This record gives sequence, structure tokens and C-alpha cells, in this order.
Amino acid sequence: MMPEQAQLLTQIMALEFTAVDLNLYLDTHPDDQRALMDYNSTVQELAILKDQYQRRYGPLTNFGYAPSQYPWAWVNDPWPWEVSF
Amino acid sequence: MWIYEKKLEYPVRVSGPNPRLAKAIITQYGGPDGELAASLRYLTQRYSMPLSQAKAVLTDIGTEELAHMEIVATLVYNLIRDASIQEIRAAGMDNYYADHDKALYFVNASGAPWTAAYIQSKGDPITDLHEDMAAEQKARSTYEYLIQLSDDPLVTETLAFLREREVVHYQRFGEMLQLVYEWQGSRHIF
Repeated sequence: MMPEQAQLLTQIMALEFTAVDLNLYLDTHPDDQRALMDYNSTVQELAILKDQYQRRYGPLTNFGYAPSQYPWAWVNDPWPWEVSF
Repeated sequence: MWIYEKKLEYPVRVSGPNPRLAKAIITQYGGPDGELAASLRYLTQRYSMPLSQAKAVLTDIGTEELAHMEIVATLVYNLIRDASIQEIRAAGMDNYYADHDKALYFVNASGAPWTAAYIQSKGDPITDLHEDMAAEQKARSTYEYLIQLSDDPLVTETLAFLREREVVHYQRFGEMLQLVYEWQGSRHIF
């Protein structure tokens, strides 16, 4: 994985981790408006970065969540356990 | 339905082959307090939860544990991938190698295979949430022992992330337990 790809992927990982943690917090604090606003703005930012990444490097998700270039790019290496950061 | 994402939740880096450390860390893959046990415990307990919030917490934490299982697998895979037979033998990983080569398998640090007997599902939300809180503490302790055993600072960094998640999950389960107590209390008024 080239440094630019790894850098964008790392940004996506950081943002999505923010979303995961806020998600768990909101599960037990559904009325916290500030946390909800943070969550929703993270969702927006994440969508932009994922779209950028997937156009350049292929789908991050399968089963209909992202289109693929020709040929079918889902099968391409590296898989997550093979990425060197 | 689950959707796979072709990325880790947290970056995994290792300094080099280290089968001795891999042999210890694999317990968080297939050991009693490991990530497979955590994930399956929460995902199977969610069906009998009385509150929608509890179903969400168990679904979400159970799903995050699958991502942790993948992180642990990635650690083990990268710690043994380039290890020589001599290194594997010197690390005492030859028994594992005889059965699995360098493939990933669900065992604890002493080689015992994963069993559903590690987890429980009682149907009583108070009981199940107590088990979940205990599970998070047991996993936290295990990560602390693994950090003590680690001689690779890059591996320690990932172990520290996983330890921190146990603390957060414990907190969320504790809040959920309180919400279930409140729900039971209010129901008894009628």
C-alpha cells in the first residue's frame, strides 16, 4: 500500500473509530444533543472521505454498499491483515 | 445482517517475528476471556434483552468485538508470518505448528481449543449484564498481563488500545445495568 493510500485509510479509521465510540455512548445516552451532533457531523465527514478513498482504491465494503470499477475490485489485495502502516 | 469493511479498527504494527509473544496473544483470539468469546456472548444474549437500548448495546459491542478479534488475529499473523522453524521451536510454539502450521486457530495460550462453555446466556438481563461486566474486566486484566509480557513496543501500542476498549465497554454495560434496574423498578409500580 502506497503512503498516500495508507494515510487516507488511517484518516478514515480515526474518524470511524470516533463514530463507533460516540455510537456506544449514545446507546446509553440517547438524549445527549451535543454527542448526537458530533455523531452526525462525523457521519458526514466519513462519507466524504470514504467516497474519495473508494473512487481511488476500490470498495471498502461489499454486499451493495459501494460500487466497483472494472474488473471487480473487491477481491484485490491487500486485505486488512496484510496492510503495513 | 453484517457488512464487512476492508480495514482494521486500529492499525497493527509489529517490529518483527516474535512467536513467543504470538503464543501468549492468541489467547485473546480463542481463550476464555478473548474476543471471540466476547463477541458471541453479547450477540447471543441480545435476543432475550427486554429493553431496546440493551439490544442496541449488545449488538454494537458484540460487533466491535469482531473487529477486535480481527486485530488480535492480525497481530498473531504478523508475529509468526516470517518466523523460522528454529524460532518457532525456540518459542515453544512447535506444538501449535504441528497442528496448524502458521494458520490462525481458536486456542488459549496453553493450546486448549475454544469452547462455548466459556460463555453464558441466562435470559435474565441483570445476570447477563453482570456477566458482561465481569467479562470486560477479565479481558482488561488479560491485556495488562500481555502488555507486561510484550517486548515489542509496537505490539504494546495495539494491546493498550484493546485494553482501553474493555474499560469503555465495561462503562457502557454498567450504564445499561442501571437502566434495566430502573425499568424493572418502574414496572413494579403497576
